[in-house]
Amino acid sequence: MSKTPALQVVTANDLLNGDVVFLSSGGCWRRELQHATLVRTSGDADFLMAQAAQHEAYVVGPYLAEVTQDDAGRLEPVHYRERIRTLGPSNRPDLGRQAEGLAEVAHVPL
Amino acid sequence: MYRYDEFDDRFVRERVASFRSQVERRLSGALTEDEFKPLRLQNGLYLQLHAYMLRVAIPYGTLNSPQMLQLAMIAERWDKGYGHFTTRQNIQFNWPKLQDVPAILEALADVGMHAIQTSGNCIRNVTADHFAGAAADEIEDPRPTAEILRQWSSGHPEFAFLPRKFKIAVTGSPNDRAVTKAHDIGLRMVRNAAGEPGYEVIVGGGLGRTPMIGKVIREFLPKADLLAYLESVLRVYNLYGRRDNKYKARIKILVHESKLETIRAEVEAEFERLMAEEAGPTRALSAAEVARIEAYFAPPAFDDLPDSDAGLEAALAADQDFRAWVKTNIVAHRQSGYRIVTVSIKPIGKAPGDASADQMRALADIAERYSLGELRVSHEQNIVLPHVRAADLPEVFACLQKADLATANIGLITDIIACPGMDYCALATARSIPVAQDIANHFNSPALAAEIGKLQIKISGCINACGHHHVGHIGILGLEKGGIESYQITLGGDATETTAIGERAGPGFAYDEVVPAVRRLVDAYLALRTDANETFLQTYRRLGAAPFKAALYPADIGGSGSGAGGGWPKAKAGPSLSASAQVQQAAHSQYVFYHF
Amino acid sequence: MPIVTDSGFVFADETDALLSLDAMLSGGGDPAGGLEIANDTDPRDLVPHFEAVGLIAVTFPNFADGRGFSLARRLRALGYKGRLRAKGHVISDQYPMARACGFDEVEIDETLAARQPEQHWLAVATRSGHALQARA
Repeated sequence: MSKTPALQVVTANDLLNGDVVFLSSGGCWRRELQHATLVRTSGDADFLMAQAAQHEAYVVGPYLAEVTQDDAGRLEPVHYRERIRTLGPSNRPDLGRQAEGLAEVAHVPL
Repeated sequence: MYRYDEFDDRFVRERVASFRSQVERRLSGALTEDEFKPLRLQNGLYLQLHAYMLRVAIPYGTLNSPQMLQLAMIAERWDKGYGHFTTRQNIQFNWPKLQDVPAILEALADVGMHAIQTSGNCIRNVTADHFAGAAADEIEDPRPTAEILRQWSSGHPEFAFLPRKFKIAVTGSPNDRAVTKAHDIGLRMVRNAAGEPGYEVIVGGGLGRTPMIGKVIREFLPKADLLAYLESVLRVYNLYGRRDNKYKARIKILVHESKLETIRAEVEAEFERLMAEEAGPTRALSAAEVARIEAYFAPPAFDDLPDSDAGLEAALAADQDFRAWVKTNIVAHRQSGYRIVTVSIKPIGKAPGDASADQMRALADIAERYSLGELRVSHEQNIVLPHVRAADLPEVFACLQKADLATANIGLITDIIACPGMDYCALATARSIPVAQDIANHFNSPALAAEIGKLQIKISGCINACGHHHVGHIGILGLEKGGIESYQITLGGDATETTAIGERAGPGFAYDEVVPAVRRLVDAYLALRTDANETFLQTYRRLGAAPFKAALYPADIGGSGSGAGGGWPKAKAGPSLSASAQVQQAAHSQYVFYHF
Repeated sequence: MPIVTDSGFVFADETDALLSLDAMLSGGGDPAGGLEIANDTDPRDLVPHFEAVGLIAVTFPNFADGRGFSLARRLRALGYKGRLRAKGHVISDQYPMARACGFDEVEIDETLAARQPEQHWLAVATRSGHALQARA
């Protein structure tokens, strides 16, 4: 299973419900990591972060998080912080998006 | 205990209305996120990893049954059916939605509670001895002082935008259960040579990145001068505390860098000016005002009882589990025939401090029936039933058993303090709760825990030290190293009146090496102690760190990468390997973790 | 620049006339029109000038920097009875705090005034905010 390094996504928390969201195509914020727009260059990163900065009415604290993509196109967060953030508390599998089956969402190429 | 009067009620209702308006203005864009953030923090609202988190104040840890019932209701109606009792005697809800928070605050106001100043760069919820008003060793009840400070500090117009947070703790007993030397200000209730009541004022203590033990800035402060003196300390801090670096902004750094004598002189000068002022909001605290507040804390209507009870003695003789629970979870009460019960919120293998709504209701009910309606939250994340008749202990134990709250482990190795850590907290660098769970599961034999005796393990998931690791007999600090969790162990900390900051033992341990490391420390202690009466801390103090460090870092463990030389085997650089190391680690533990 | 008072916005052009502390101490102007000081100024230096100064404006570089509140309390404690203004990044939620600490008014810039219009300030102008201290 090969992985491409230095891929990033823009993530933030939803202003209204605090939920973890990812900047996706069309400038939408979605809950599924698999929908996130992938950033491969620093130019792309600057562009997406500038776009995110315009969304203060919807999200809080946007930042870049590193991900990997496997051969099937599935995205996974690199850092354990982002894994926990994407899934929910590690001691409570009944809580957070790990309990909602969000992990089952297939990757949609952007 | 204290009951809100019309001033308190108006104040908290006004704050709810303010917060509702602040949320609306954040949504309209009138407030930027930068402006809104400190306002929401001062109303207890954080934004954590997965969701908002609301921290509700339980002033000096005291609450009554209706308040506990309301917390259970809030947990079910607006959260996910549980709450987390914290090391600052508060409760946190981990999943509220921003638009629900004004309604939650309204529900708190309905029972005389609030979330004001549980966060932000302001004077935080005042903490006190959780046995206040019940402890046999108490000189004076610290709760009236803490309540006076709550009223003075809540919404204080001058001190809402300090350089950094400011924590005050009060104790009225020589045995310090409020960790007063690790607070920005610690107040110890004392009497002077003439027998007049007052305070020893300790300043500049704190844990966090730069742990420091507080220093005495005023040996005796008359009671009447309390607010004027504290206002002087806060003003000096507000004006001179560092604002260029948030890690150097606490008053402990100001005291350390400017020297205690300088700060003392500044404070005394400010105090003199304040006392000379014609009309200020503070000045002297009138005896009438003190008496008015003290009246709320008059001892409850205790019955006149013999100290021992035949039924209790019979139950002790008959029931081994009950006997073990009484031995660990019960302490003496000042009133004959009563006991203080500490309910462990550390059932083996559960998240320390987490209680379900059902458990909160059970606690409210038990308190109503057996503890004169009162409960306390301890900074050790347990719940105290302060006034239980000795004769009622068997029934209380039976009720607690039904609610899975009868764990007999207070003060033992499984009574672990842990901050929420990276499972919830946006500041965390590593997880804390699963480490506590793993340790508790490992030492789950009551016989083994009893054999080990008094041993406090305290775990923080980052350098901010909410889990008080610096003052744990064994402290565990979770950090990140090379993309994986790494845990530093400190030894010999002490949270009592003989406060000591633990000594760092050496290189950190990988997540799944923490339990074996703790086991080695415990085995070393058991081998080294003079007899079963010598506690871990006593053995450590007698022998020093060396034999414990030797046990932690033996030469023959972990191959070449282990020990003081290079730390534990690390994952090689690169995201995929560190991720797989995590997966391996997850396979070791019971938790469903890294699967997508 | 709008100046916020208990009765709403007042637009005055006197702000240009504010003297800096250095200028006043070196005799470079008449402080009757007003003096502007930073929030780390030692108020004891100003005591001899209290009578001559028509207005003291304390600057707020950022709303989260609360030194200005304590400086206002100190100026009042030292006996300053003239007009006292908080100037800069003060948000409407802080208006009651500023008033309680001894400020008479707040001066904000046009951008902030556009974001936080007069009614936001009037909504909090009468709020006691510190009812508990008032009782004690």
